Order: sequence, then C-alpha cells, then structure tokens
Amino acid sequence: MKTTRRQFIKIAGMGTAGVAVAGSVLGSVQKAAERSISTPSSDSELFRTPTYCEVCFWKCAAWVYKDKEGNIQKLIGNATDQHARGKLCPRGTGGLGMYYDNDRLKKPLIRRNREDDHYEEVSWEVALDFIAKKMKGIKKDWGKENMAVFVHGSPAKHFEYLFKAYGNENHSEPAYAQCAGPREAGFFATFGSGVGSPEPADMQNSKCIIFIGNHVGENMHNSYVQELSLAIDNDADIIVVDPRLSTVAAKATHWLPIKPGTDIALLLAWMHVLIYDNIYDKEYIDKYAFGFEELKAHVANYTPEWASGITTIDPELIRKSAHTMAAAAPAAVIHPGRHTTWYGDDTQRERSMAIINALLGAFGRKGGMYMGVKQKLPNYPVPEFPEPKWTWKDITLDKYKNAAVGLTNVLIDASLPEYPKEHQIKGWFIAGTSFINTIPDRKKMFKAMDNQELIVVVDTMPMEMTGYADVVLPESTYLERYDYARGGKNRVAQVALRMPAVEAKYDTKPSWWIAKELGNRLGLKKYYPWKDLEEVLDWQFQKIGTSLEEMKRIGVKTFESDESIYLLPGEDFEFNTNTGKIELYSTDFAEKGYDPLPKFTRHESPDPGFYHLVYGRAPMHTFGRTQNNPYLYELRKTNDVWINPRTAKLWGIENGMEIWLKNQDGIVSEFSTKARLTERIRPDSIYMVHGFGHTSKKLTRAYGKGINDLPLITKVKIDPIMGGTGMRNNFVTFLLEKPKKEEVKS
Amino acid sequence: MAMDTRKCVGCSDCVVACQTENNVPLGYCRDWIVETVKGSYPETVKMHFASERCMQCDNTPCVRTCPTGASHVIEGGIVKVTHDECIGCGACIEACPYGARYVHPDGYIDKCTFCDHRLEQGMNPACVDVCPTSCLIFGDLDDPRSPVSKALQEKDWYVLAPEAGTNPQLYFLK
Repeated sequence: MKTTRRQFIKIAGMGTAGVAVAGSVLGSVQKAAERSISTPSSDSELFRTPTYCEVCFWKCAAWVYKDKEGNIQKLIGNATDQHARGKLCPRGTGGLGMYYDNDRLKKPLIRRNREDDHYEEVSWEVALDFIAKKMKGIKKDWGKENMAVFVHGSPAKHFEYLFKAYGNENHSEPAYAQCAGPREAGFFATFGSGVGSPEPADMQNSKCIIFIGNHVGENMHNSYVQELSLAIDNDADIIVVDPRLSTVAAKATHWLPIKPGTDIALLLAWMHVLIYDNIYDKEYIDKYAFGFEELKAHVANYTPEWASGITTIDPELIRKSAHTMAAAAPAAVIHPGRHTTWYGDDTQRERSMAIINALLGAFGRKGGMYMGVKQKLPNYPVPEFPEPKWTWKDITLDKYKNAAVGLTNVLIDASLPEYPKEHQIKGWFIAGTSFINTIPDRKKMFKAMDNQELIVVVDTMPMEMTGYADVVLPESTYLERYDYARGGKNRVAQVALRMPAVEAKYDTKPSWWIAKELGNRLGLKKYYPWKDLEEVLDWQFQKIGTSLEEMKRIGVKTFESDESIYLLPGEDFEFNTNTGKIELYSTDFAEKGYDPLPKFTRHESPDPGFYHLVYGRAPMHTFGRTQNNPYLYELRKTNDVWINPRTAKLWGIENGMEIWLKNQDGIVSEFSTKARLTERIRPDSIYMVHGFGHTSKKLTRAYGKGINDLPLITKVKIDPIMGGTGMRNNFVTFLLEKPKKEEVKS
Repeated sequence: MAMDTRKCVGCSDCVVACQTENNVPLGYCRDWIVETVKGSYPETVKMHFASERCMQCDNTPCVRTCPTGASHVIEGGIVKVTHDECIGCGACIEACPYGARYVHPDGYIDKCTFCDHRLEQGMNPACVDVCPTSCLIFGDLDDPRSPVSKALQEKDWYVLAPEAGTNPQLYFLK
C-alpha cells in the first residue's frame, strides 16, 4: 500500500492523547557531544519519577524521564497539574542542565581568612561544626536574634524553620521588597487579600487583559503564558502599557508606549474615563465598594488630556482603551504583575490597578480575578518555638507600616556597624539567592557584609554570592532531593511532590538535611523528631487522605473543594478590610497617614545624554540563576542593549557595536555588550535583560557575558508604605570605548 | 504543520525540547526562532516570532543534490538523512533555501525529522507537545476538520520562500 505524506501525518496526528511512559532518547545528555548516532530509538524503556520544577518559582509539576542506567533524559510537564498542563517552559525543559552542569558546587567550602580568597574543601561535619560554633559565638556576644536569614525558593522553608526553632524570626526574601511586595500591599489595601503566586488573573476566560509594564511571554511563567495563548484564541483584547514593544505589546489591541515613571497618571485618567463616561460596573460598586464618591471627586480633574501631557500617550488612545476594557467587563482584568518595585510609589500604582479592577467589577468574576482555593498540609507536630526577644517587626513597622514580611533592605541597614547594637545584625544565612545580584546599592551591601561575623551561603552553583561567604554549602539540585510538597492557591486545590530522580551526583545535600544537621548542633534536636523528610511528607500526606507511596506514583493530587472561585450572583461577601468592603478609599492608609487615594508623583527624567534604564527578562532565563545552564546558555548567551535607532544615530552607534554603560553616579559596567538597534523602544529609554554579566569565573560559560544592570542601580527610592526598593530611577549613558580600569567601579 | 505567529512568544522551548528529545549536541539545533520587526516607533512598529525548522518540502532540492542518496524522503513525505551513507559534503545545505540542515560534529548532515520516532507511537513531534502557547499545529491536511486544515481555512497564512518552488509544508499563520 502506498502511503502518501498526508495520510502519514493523519495517522500520526490521531493518537496524541495517551502519552505513554515509553520514551525515546539514547544515551545521557552529557554524552550528547560524543555520540556518533543521534537517532533516537523508540523502543527504549524510560522510567519516570515526579518532581516540581525549581528553575523558576512557578513550580510546575513534571516527570523526570530516565533510561535503564538511571541517566536523566528529559523533563516533561505533568498533564494533571494546573501550573504545567502537560508542558514545561524552556527553562523547565532545560532543567536537566542544572544537574549536568560541571561547574556546580561539589563540596562544602570554608574560607578561614577573609583577607585571602582561598576556599578550603571540607567535609560536611567540619563545615556544619564551624557554622554552629560561629552561631553560638554570635548568640553569646550579641544574641540569637542578631542574625538575618535571606532566602528564596524551596530551601526557604527549611531554613526559616531552623531559625524559628533557634528563636530568630529575622527572615526575608528579595521576592518581597525587591519584587512582588508592592502589589501585595496595594491589592490587600483594596480587596483585603493579597495576590499570591500564581496570580489569580482569570486570563483564559477574560475578554480583555491589561498589562502594566508586565512582559508576559518574556516573563515565562508557564500556565500564565498558556492562558495568554488561550485568550488570543478567544480573541480577547489585550492592552499593554510599556515603553517598549514587548512580546505581548506586539500582540496587543492597544499598545501605550508610556514615558517611564508616569503609570499612575495614566491609571488615574482611566479611572476618570470609567467613572465620568459612566462605564464602570455601578451595581457591583454599589454593593461591594466603599469610598466611591471620594474617588469620583479625587479623579475629577484627571482627564486623558491631563494624563497625555505627562505620559506622552494620545488622549484618544487613553479614552479608547478605557472603553475597550469597560466593554469586556467584568471579564476584564489588570494583571497585578510580579516585579513591581519600580519608582518608590509602587504600592500606590498597584492600588490604582486594584481600584480599576474594582471599577470593572473584576474581583471574584469570571474572566476577572478568581478567588483561589488550596489544600492545606498540616504541620508535623513539634514543640512550640521559643519567643524571640525581638524580630524584624521591631525595626520595620514604625517606618513601613504595611510591610507584611521581613524586608531585606531593612535587615541590611541593621547589618551596618553604625546601627544600634541591640538590633544590629552580625551574621547572614543565605539560601537559594545570589543576594549580591539582587539587592540594589552595592556600596551599602559591601559595608554590611564586612560587618558580619559569619556569612553562610547555600546554593547549587558558584554564584557571585558564594564568593563573599565564609562557608559555602553545596545544595543538591531539585532533581536530586526531596522538598516540602507544593500546595498553593489555584483554581482547584492541588498538592505536588518533589522527590529525587537520581542520587546526588556530588557531595551535596538537600536543604532539609542541612537544616536538621545544623539544628542538632545548635541543641534543637527536639524540633527534628523525624528521621528524614520522607517521614514528614508521608505523615502530612496521610493526614489529607493520600500517602507518599501514592504521590510517588501520581506526582500531583487534586482535592475537591466546595468553595466557589467566583462570587455567586448577588452574594453578600465580606472583604477582609476595615469596612468589610472593597476599599476604593483606603481607611487603613488614612489611619496610618498614607494617601487614602492614589496620587501621581512626578519622577525624575534623565539629563541630556542619559536614558531610562529599563530592565526585564528573557523567556529562557530566570534572574541570574540560569545563564550557566548548558542548555539555556545555548539559547541565549548574553544580553544586548536595546537602543532606538534615532538615539543611536546621535551617538554614532551602529547595530552590533560593542558598548559599555555608565550610570548617573558614574558607575561603569564591568563588561561590554552589543548594541541592538530596534524600533521596539522609546528613544528616551534603553532596555536590557537582567541576570547577565556574571563576574564569577567559576561560571565558565556565563562569566563576562553581557552587562549586569544591578550595579548600575545605585539610586533607590523606598516605598513608604511597605518598604520596597524602587529600582527604575536610574539613568545610563553610553561609552563607546573600553573604559580605563579605574573608571570601572562596579 | 502550521505555526501560529500570533501566539508564539519566541521562548525557544521548541528548540530545547528538540535537543533533549533527539539528543542534538549542545551548540546545534534542528529548529530555531526568528524575530521579524517592521515599521518604526511608535505608530507602525510591528513584531512577530516564528518557530522554524525543515519545511519537509514536497519538492526537495536537498534530496536531488545529494550525491550518495543519504538524503531521502520516507513514506509519508518526511525528509531524512541516513547518517551512515552521508559523506558530509554539504551540497544539501547549499540547496536548502531555509538553512534547515547543519553538519553534525560527527561529520554527517543532520536535520529535523518531525520526530518520526514519536509519530510511530502516535505522539506529536516534541516541539509541538512542549509549546506553552500551543502555537504549533500538527495534523492531517487532507481532513478538512483537522485543526491544521481548519486553521489554514480560517486564517491568513504564508510560506517561506515560495519563489524557490519547493512547496514547503510548514505554514505560518498571520
């Protein structure tokens, strides 16, 4: 029988449903370059174990496929998981590079003398004894409270637990004060509930999605991008406010190429149009909202014409886009965004976004914002933690009244030698974050680090931060370890398991083990009554009607919930605010002396010859964590600097020319990178992807590739409400020749 | 196969999924992302991404130029290279208007196979299954109800280098 090509494809396209465990790759990834045959076999048996991804923090559940020899072959998204929906993003697909990277940390390291850069390879016993001894010294001389814990990702829980058991609550994550904090504070003040991750923007059911500087698609959170794609299928309108024609702006119904730093003016004008053109959801506002008349009076003069002069956006486009969202409401939503620490008035910008979501009737509505549900995992029973003499709250809340968690920047201030002795921080414990590349204002960072009696860094890679540590503890990658199960709010309640797919390749340990062993050395044995994390997980799973054994088989379990994720028609709903209503006018802010209604503040513009430094992400990389991953490195090896051709012409910069950047304070980039001339950006701004320009020579692929934006961020404006560090107030100019060594200050 | 440029975000997941599925050596790829920018800031600038690979042409200059017969078309129309018969002369690379072939470090020419080993098992190519935006549509062009046929009926599409007369079988939706 003659088979035509199209018949063949027909046959192929028919049976795509049940993807079997049987897979198809030969040989190990490491051997890839040595292999003489790259034809995959289709009959080899692959085995799979469940995990959830740790390359970014969307935590997609996945299957790790291994061959008979136990070599990891590939990672595929778990089809039952809401985060993954059967797919992984490029970082998750390339996650096996985290395991196979030869540059990994392989042994515990101690630097006994800070004057030299010599790190000695030691055993775990020696490393942990060293840390315990130093911690006891700090406890004796200063107090057990006088240490700070800076964490991110899955290691966080293990070390926060350890330090709570120790009697220390000075924990903080850059994920709050350098990232998502303002949106939590802004949405909480409005709706009485924060946003959380994944953000409950009901994009897949939305008829209009609005992104404020949020570059979904470059910001490659898996189901979030999948929902965007579904929205495009549904012909949803997309409105994007961004100084750059971002990936999503290129797909938008309306792109508003705003002047950086003027978003609140636009948002106030949108409120004006929604209210004064009478296209807001009146019934919803009457039933659920507080302070409408105050808001109406407040925005009376904030016309599109007023905003146009500030934002450079055509007033007709402002009006038209407001009508587009109103026409779709309540299936319309302004996405709260993730990295929101921009200008120092970020909580008020997020408040403005929340208020518009209220005017659209979006909260609790299909296609707006859903109310997520979760399956709670009970805590393994242990004795009560000791009460610390003081916590981060005592040095934070006087000033930043709505900080919900510890602030990195406040704890760094407390780490300076001039800080009052009672609350001075003398030791840092860092896990899962290359802290030095996360926190703006490096001068202060160096001073704070010099004042520490102990710096411990837990990581899988020799990131820059490890070079400032006294002790470096090599953590096993997520493919080699157990962690606590993933819970979290979503449309349905689910729990996902991470278990080791393979044994540790080097002398590395999981964070739960490191914390337990350190706890034993600090006299905290009673808080670790279990043998290993498997015991804890099994106990927790049994309590919710499953078991570790079942979870190993299925990876993700879904739990029934009788709570509706949308408001029922006419439902009386009490919001967790002072008034029990959605607060258009924030009574909480009024009480605390903050503006109860958002105001526009004018931010600085660059001097002639300088440009707004706008930074963001590339879809194949996570912050500065992945540039050395062999797979992801191949996808994008370096960043470039986006420059509008009109701007470039003034400087004689041509496409691909090597350039350096210098900021308003004279800080020059350590490395150069290439200019990318593109019409996709405003002439008054430049854009670059964050996370490149690594200075750690142990990152053999990533070292020296591209420019790191972080050292160029020296002007920081602190959000007075929640204490986040606004980082978009910095301007750069171009250097066309290699700067002399002494000029390079970063 | 059809590729929906409206949905693609250029993330390169298709590239890395192909690499891990097909054991493509690091530094090489069988599929890739192309970004196209037209117009000028701010009013007329437009951009789209496309995920490209071998077009599995109906009319195959690569096969015609191959001196050893290593390049061939298998049942169903997929263009393949028999590695053992390939001498790595590169004539097919010259002949291909799409740059879809590369020299494998072991000396033979390598390219996309539409993951025929997966098709045999009733699965889609790895790039299709992994794509977070579902912008790759694989299916039966003879069945008017298939998603790929529907997409081509309902939406505007184009092919690359139609003037080359290769009759490429990867369609790009506008």
